Amino acid sequence: MKRYVATRAATMFGVLMITLLITISLVGSNMDTILKQGIVFQVRSEITENPAIAESFSSVEEFEGFIQSQIDQRTKVLGLDEPWYSPQRIGLTMYKILLLDFGHATFLTSDAGSSDVKDIIFEKLPRTILLFTTATIIISIIGIFLGALSASKAGSVIDRITSSFAIISSSFPVWWIGMLMIFLFAFTYQIFPARATPDIPSSDPRYIGSLLYHMALPLITIVMIGFGSWAYLVRNFMVGIMQEDFIMAKRTIGIKQKKIIYTHALKNAAPPIVTILALSLSGSLGGAIITEAVFDWPGMGRLYFEAITVMDLPVIIGATYILTVFFLVSIFIADLLYGYFDPRVRTGQ
Amino acid sequence: MSSITPQEIKQEFVKSKIGIAGITILGILIATSIIAIIAIPVETFQEWNNPGNWILYPKVAIPIWVNLFMTEKIPEHKILDVPNIQTNSEGEIMLSSHKFGVNFDYGFFPNDFIYVFSSEYSESVLLQMSVTRPDGIKLDLLSTSLPYSNTKTIHSERVFSTDEAIKKNLLLQSEVFDFDLKRLSAEDIVFSKTNANEPLKGNYIFSIDMYSVNSEIKTHESKLIIGGKAFGMMGTDELRRDLAVGLLWGTPLALFIGLVVSIASVIMGLLYGVYAGFKGKKTDEVMMRFNDVIYALPALPFLIILSVTISNSIFVLVGFLMIFGWVGIAKVARSMSLQIKTRGYVDAANMMGQKNSKIVLKHILPQLLPYAFASIAISVPAAITTEAGLSFLGLGDPSFPTWGHILHDANTFGAAARGLWWWIMPPGVMIAIAGLAFVFIGNALDAIVNPKLKR
Repeated sequence: MKRYVATRAATMFGVLMITLLITISLVGSNMDTILKQGIVFQVRSEITENPAIAESFSSVEEFEGFIQSQIDQRTKVLGLDEPWYSPQRIGLTMYKILLLDFGHATFLTSDAGSSDVKDIIFEKLPRTILLFTTATIIISIIGIFLGALSASKAGSVIDRITSSFAIISSSFPVWWIGMLMIFLFAFTYQIFPARATPDIPSSDPRYIGSLLYHMALPLITIVMIGFGSWAYLVRNFMVGIMQEDFIMAKRTIGIKQKKIIYTHALKNAAPPIVTILALSLSGSLGGAIITEAVFDWPGMGRLYFEAITVMDLPVIIGATYILTVFFLVSIFIADLLYGYFDPRVRTGQ
Repeated sequence: MSSITPQEIKQEFVKSKIGIAGITILGILIATSIIAIIAIPVETFQEWNNPGNWILYPKVAIPIWVNLFMTEKIPEHKILDVPNIQTNSEGEIMLSSHKFGVNFDYGFFPNDFIYVFSSEYSESVLLQMSVTRPDGIKLDLLSTSLPYSNTKTIHSERVFSTDEAIKKNLLLQSEVFDFDLKRLSAEDIVFSKTNANEPLKGNYIFSIDMYSVNSEIKTHESKLIIGGKAFGMMGTDELRRDLAVGLLWGTPLALFIGLVVSIASVIMGLLYGVYAGFKGKKTDEVMMRFNDVIYALPALPFLIILSVTISNSIFVLVGFLMIFGWVGIAKVARSMSLQIKTRGYVDAANMMGQKNSKIVLKHILPQLLPYAFASIAISVPAAITTEAGLSFLGLGDPSFPTWGHILHDANTFGAAARGLWWWIMPPGVMIAIAGLAFVFIGNALDAIVNPKLKR
């Protein structure tokens, strides 16, 4: 078991590094261009603010030379004279990111006004977790019970309705249902707010209430689309288990169907269910990008989308890193749980 | 794992209702694609983002079939491009007269009317526009001269009902109407009853006369547009685009993306997984660790970064989707090939000295084909919705707008807030239908391949 955990952890760390490397190499060249432009702009504006410097030069060439040397000097201080792919720079950047030092955002700020990427991310992250964890928990509770119910009556009307609802609901994109829900319940029938961003500042005591009220519509949408496929999955596991010999044996002894399902069968279906719970939690964080964009929910997903639209590279790198960490941690937990529940996995092959 | 022959799969599949339903929907979608490609040339479709191409269409018009459920009908947007042309000449003066008949039986006034023409003439030309109403009253709308030219010239113009001159002319004829015309727009006057400002139903004849001296007028284009609030089977959007065109063309694009991505990723995954499983030992270990790496990459953030930094072309996007598509299949294919590898006939082939590549291709892969077909069908909807999601975020290919792109536009123009349901509903329903077709087929195949699920 120890060896299993160690290899999994090593793999995960490797993946994290590779993800970082890919992200940096994809946006690195753009980042350098933007930083260099920033330096040129800074130098020029300092000189225009102070006309005495410009007057102290006799010729235009000399003046331009001075500006150039200033620019070069600052580029060197920031280490930008070396290309972004030089080992030292990549190493330094990755080291900084590992320590959660993402630098300062180019355009975006947190609600409190800080432009430190770490502040921005840690302000948005709890909201995303709040929305999607709540949704996943509700979905899994409804899903497990509905799944167990339809597995116990396989082939019945309930089973058929659940299965067809699962298939149909999983073909609709969540964000499209979101648009429809906004159309129906925010504009046609004005029950919920259309924008999920609470309109009172976070220092106000009523903020929590407002946040929950604004969370209702996205939450309902995610749950509505999600629980069908959960129920379907649980049902399929249960149907598989119900065909196992030990269940048959229990049935022949005369234990009640209901008891078999809710104690013996559900217990045996637990490992895959717990694993999927961990995976779907992380999956929902990735899917948050589009869902939050539709509902204007002020979380990580919308932050990511905003960062992409204005090409705010430090935020993109930071958010990708955090998303990847969450994703990996949940995969890791899922792996461990699976190994814990199913000894065949950890003994290899 | 028992092997299933293709005949058995076919037999079982024909028996499954859900499979037949899936095939039927897929057939309809393919038929739609063929119709779209034949009826709407790619060139027209690529003009999707060119506003000039859509100028004659109405803004956010509701689909015309809505009128079937309405007691008071919403005026349809009419583009009349076949005028009744008469040419006369009296001595030096030549007259070319274009007449358009409009049957107007709606409960609301039209939005506007526009006359679009392009004619070839020399020297000066006088243009007169008038309308004869169902009640027999003839209203003069406009009388203007086209720019003078010594040589032969082509003049194109659009006469809008908002033209000041038309309003002035109508005010001069205000004795016909019992009410004050000052605050009304030209179309509200022309299509109004004389005693009250309500729409007058019946046949209207718009006639445009062009007089010229000593020179013949050749008309290249002559169209009358009665601006309405309903147009086409699917309506139009804020940028006047006919949504039917976008929705129709979205079908082959979605099928292309879905099928190419899933077929390619299943093939990649199968080969990768089978090879890893067959080779075993170090190769297997290394290949599976690489597989783990790709599996653990968060797909959507990466797809977004890739499409922003590298290219958002639809073909490149298909490639990106493949990168994340093959991983799961490779895992399953590996474990299946681990099982098949131990069978007697593989050992026999090995002992006979057959090449590894031949064993994989001839003895192991065919066993996995049923599973491969099922996974192709199951992974299509994911590819379609992921592409739609990217397009919805505005990161798709703008030169080939997909359903997701239409929804992106709908969202940017606030279609939900404005109640423009015909802009939001159809693209999403199409995405779902396309997904459903493959989910149905996949489920039917899955039930055949894994009989345990059937029960």
